[in-house]
Amino acid sequence: MLSIRNIGKTYPNGTAALREITLDVGAGEIVAVVGGSGSGKSTLLRLISGLDHPTSGTIDVDGTRIVAPHPAVGIVFQEPRLLPWLTVEGNVGFGLAHLSRPERRHRVHQALKRVGLADYALRWPRELSGGQSQRVAIARALVARPSVILLDEPFSALDAFTRVELQDHLLEIWADTRPTLVLVTHDIEEAVALASRVVVLRPFPGRVAQVSDVKLARPRDRLSHSFDDEKRAILSALDTTLARRAPPAA
Amino acid sequence: MNRRDHRLDRIRQAALTIGLGAAGLAIFLAIWTLASLKLDNDVLLPPPADVLTTYGELIADGSLAGDVKASIVRVFAGFFAAASLAVPLALVLAYSRILRALVMPLIALIRPIPPIAWIPLAILWMGLGDPPSYFITAIAAFFPIFINAFAGGTSLVEEHVNAARSLGASPLALLTTVMLPSALPSIATGLRIGLGQAWMAVVTAELVAAQSGLGYMIQISRLSLETSRVLVGMTVIGLLGALMIGSLGVLERRVIVPWHYPR
Repeated sequence: MLSIRNIGKTYPNGTAALREITLDVGAGEIVAVVGGSGSGKSTLLRLISGLDHPTSGTIDVDGTRIVAPHPAVGIVFQEPRLLPWLTVEGNVGFGLAHLSRPERRHRVHQALKRVGLADYALRWPRELSGGQSQRVAIARALVARPSVILLDEPFSALDAFTRVELQDHLLEIWADTRPTLVLVTHDIEEAVALASRVVVLRPFPGRVAQVSDVKLARPRDRLSHSFDDEKRAILSALDTTLARRAPPAA
Repeated sequence: MNRRDHRLDRIRQAALTIGLGAAGLAIFLAIWTLASLKLDNDVLLPPPADVLTTYGELIADGSLAGDVKASIVRVFAGFFAAASLAVPLALVLAYSRILRALVMPLIALIRPIPPIAWIPLAILWMGLGDPPSYFITAIAAFFPIFINAFAGGTSLVEEHVNAARSLGASPLALLTTVMLPSALPSIATGLRIGLGQAWMAVVTAELVAAQSGLGYMIQISRLSLETSRVLVGMTVIGLLGALMIGSLGVLERRVIVPWHYPR
């Protein structure tokens, strides 16, 4: 499980990005983090991934303190960020350099098969569509079998149709091995469709404004009234956070 | 359009390109022939047919091969010296702000000096013969390679570094799997331009400072008014230069940075 204790992040120029964030995410849980710009959503993910360090507080994954990138934590970025000079296979196997070649190939093949791109192993990233690239990025995060996978607005650059398709696909993958997912998104529908809990952040500096459970059975029907109700509840919580930084009326 | 039609279409396109190129060359040779007939002066402009005959003679007596070999050895010696110095230096400067501030002004001052302006100094330092030619070709190749490799080094995308770090890449792995590959397309471009510059410079150097090679052969033939030999030298330079740069281009697309080009 992922345990975040009182973390704060202030940049050297004095900008406070996050203050006093405390959050526990249970094993196999899907948590969505939403918030307006400046709420520090992406900063929070960078801290959990170990790419950046908090100015205060601690982050533990399965009892291990995170101070640098760790194999227990995988990340899928907003843009696929595949390395263009490596084939799909090379990108997915990038973090498996410590394994023997046959073992690595096997794991890479399994991961690519899981995202439906088994035949694309030898392609270059520039030969893939946006949706395919993001599938490869998911395979790259999956292949190391992390217990926590962080997703930073993973589908926001995709068209609406591909986005829904990949959201469903992500749920299938999650149902297989039940990793913990922390999803940063600005798409409320995505948060309600995927998450078991939604954390609403308030900006300047980023703080937790509200944590709410999504009490919908899976698979979720995006067209149902209860789905709409959940969406509305989160939207109204978001509105409250945004109103706080609206300029005073003249 | 199905795959077979697509291939046929590509073959047709290629045939058209080659055909037009050959036609352009033929037109040029025709104008050359007409001009030389009109001039009727073999010292000013011998006809292409004469140049071709001279080609035959120079190939038969082996002197052309000797000159070509001398020039090529010099080009590659200078080119490799320049590349092995310019690429590491450019990458180090791209990643170190302090060294960059220390060295860049110097580079900016030396870069505008044309290779030909180094010839007197090269002869004073090294005498006549091979060494000044190596030096001049190296100078000529150095700057395009350096400038492009530097641009490649500074074009590093932070997202790629983050992605690699999040996958557990060590600092050494970052260097070999992210920084070097991301600079490679620019380095390859620099090498291609650098080779072209070196090839041009070797001829210049040989015109003045050497006693063999294509440049020297052109110079000697001018003194003896054997203009068809001059033209043999010039056309060989053109052919070999195009061949070298062309094969480096193929190497670039197929081997060095295939991921940078569409299949």
